[in-house]
Amino acid sequence: MYEKNGEKYFVVDSHMHFWDASPGNWVAGAEQYAKGWIECFHAYQSLAPKETHWTIEKFMKYSEDDLMKDVFEDGYVDVAVFQPTYLKEWYKEGFNTTERNAALGEKHSGMFVHNTRFDPRDSDAGLEELKRNVDRYGSRGVKLYTAEWNNGSRGYKLSDQASYRYLEKAQELGIKNIHVHKGPTIWPLDKDAFDVSDIDHAATDFPELNFIVEHVGLPRIEDFCFMATQEPNVYAGLSVVIGGLMHARPQFFAKVMGELLFWVGEDKMTFGSDYGIWEPKWQIEGFVDWEMPDQPEFADYPRLGVDGKKKILGLNAAKLYDLKVPDELQLKDETPAAQDDSKLVAS
Amino acid sequence: MTAVIAERDRVLDALSVVRDPELDEPITTLGFVSTCVVSAAGDVVVRLRLPTYFCAPNFAFLMVADAYDVVSALPAVRSVDVALVDHFAAAQINAGVAARAGFVGSFAGEAAAELDDLRRTFVQKAVLAGTDTVCRPLIAAGIDPVGLTIKDVPPSPELARLLRRRTELGLPVGPDAPLLVDAGTGAAIDGAAAPRHLGLARLTRTGIEANTGICRGMLKHRYAESGAGEEEQG
Repeated sequence: MYEKNGEKYFVVDSHMHFWDASPGNWVAGAEQYAKGWIECFHAYQSLAPKETHWTIEKFMKYSEDDLMKDVFEDGYVDVAVFQPTYLKEWYKEGFNTTERNAALGEKHSGMFVHNTRFDPRDSDAGLEELKRNVDRYGSRGVKLYTAEWNNGSRGYKLSDQASYRYLEKAQELGIKNIHVHKGPTIWPLDKDAFDVSDIDHAATDFPELNFIVEHVGLPRIEDFCFMATQEPNVYAGLSVVIGGLMHARPQFFAKVMGELLFWVGEDKMTFGSDYGIWEPKWQIEGFVDWEMPDQPEFADYPRLGVDGKKKILGLNAAKLYDLKVPDELQLKDETPAAQDDSKLVAS
Repeated sequence: MTAVIAERDRVLDALSVVRDPELDEPITTLGFVSTCVVSAAGDVVVRLRLPTYFCAPNFAFLMVADAYDVVSALPAVRSVDVALVDHFAAAQINAGVAARAGFVGSFAGEAAAELDDLRRTFVQKAVLAGTDTVCRPLIAAGIDPVGLTIKDVPPSPELARLLRRRTELGLPVGPDAPLLVDAGTGAAIDGAAAPRHLGLARLTRTGIEANTGICRGMLKHRYAESGAGEEEQG
């Protein structure tokens, strides 16, 4: 919980990690990829305030104590959502697996949501693994990294037939939330790997599932926003937007926020720190203090008030994951926050 | 010595027409040219670098191939050695460009077509973003851009740039051509479609600018020294 100017914010960090990218976990022969990946992440951290930068050594493998302190003790987070990323072709035990997350999360009851993942190229064995993970960890969401390398394949689309088979199974198992992260490689390589039209197809065909597009489709914000206006079950995950722009490029941050508020709306935007890339503390403090600049070029954009910030920082994600929010942290005029209720009433 | 420096400037000038297709900016001002060396005999060595090890290989290929082509086309160049460094696909890209193998030939089994469609998609985005750049000052001055033709717009570097991008796509650029056109078909945009078009133009520009901001920040973290021909921007 974060409190500022008498307002209390329930904070859900809907996108964070507990990874091991240290050299001891690198796959022999793939060291350059394992190293390149974590160095790329570390460069993102450089966009944060200097006093929050870590050495590359700490960044490769931070401890349980680091995470608990940065996210909960110092970072105001009430509930954090683990988003696994496997990358087992590069990291022996995986970069950030469901199991590794759960080993930490299970020590702290009620503080974490344990998402899992799937890869539609893993055939029947992958479906069985998905079921085991849902049974074992109670997962209600999955994180999908479409550019993951898998046995010579450089990626997949959500609109692939195999993806649909997995989405059907996930839905049957009780999964509600599909977090999608686009990456640079996908077959065929001549297409734009960051294109989000495959998510558009899947969102239309699976209306009961929510699709949270992480880092709002960056670097394709325009395609993402245009899709999100048409698909009621598509959400904007703000990981990277706040962490990567709010401090380093405040003018661009304001414009991106303006576009998201205009096209997507404050009911469908969710905060995620992307920890350990960025610590949540400075992001939450800065976001609550942030206001749309009072300059002519920002005049057309919608404004974001205290209620909107409460929704984005936690209430929207609490709704997606059925998290219990204390009464004093609900919005004053309406409870609960997100827009699904209006639809229920209308229907 | 002076002659060698002049030659280097000539090569950098040529490289400044090579753009990052996603960011629609020259690779020189972005800081992507890490090395540009020209010998007295006309042997050119160019090294290109990108903000991350995993930048998309298709765009990387286009930049390396374009750089190779513009340098090769210069008179009095005896040999050309253009290569991308510090990238996961550097070996494939460099070998493919040097052998003029095209994208499909360079990524055998991984690519189904050359990159013309991809490039076209991003020039269309550049036209949309450029439309916002030209229209925003007009709107601020109380002029409605809807229904204007090119001759109605005061000349500016932004307008010239927009028209260059439109020319690349074969879109109309004459004095009587509409200011607002569909970037795919060239058809005039007016009436009820205009506000949405202008909204998409602003959104597209915001997306490209935000992306550029992140890329510049990442590059700066990765490399302490400026690139050849780089311009630092706030």
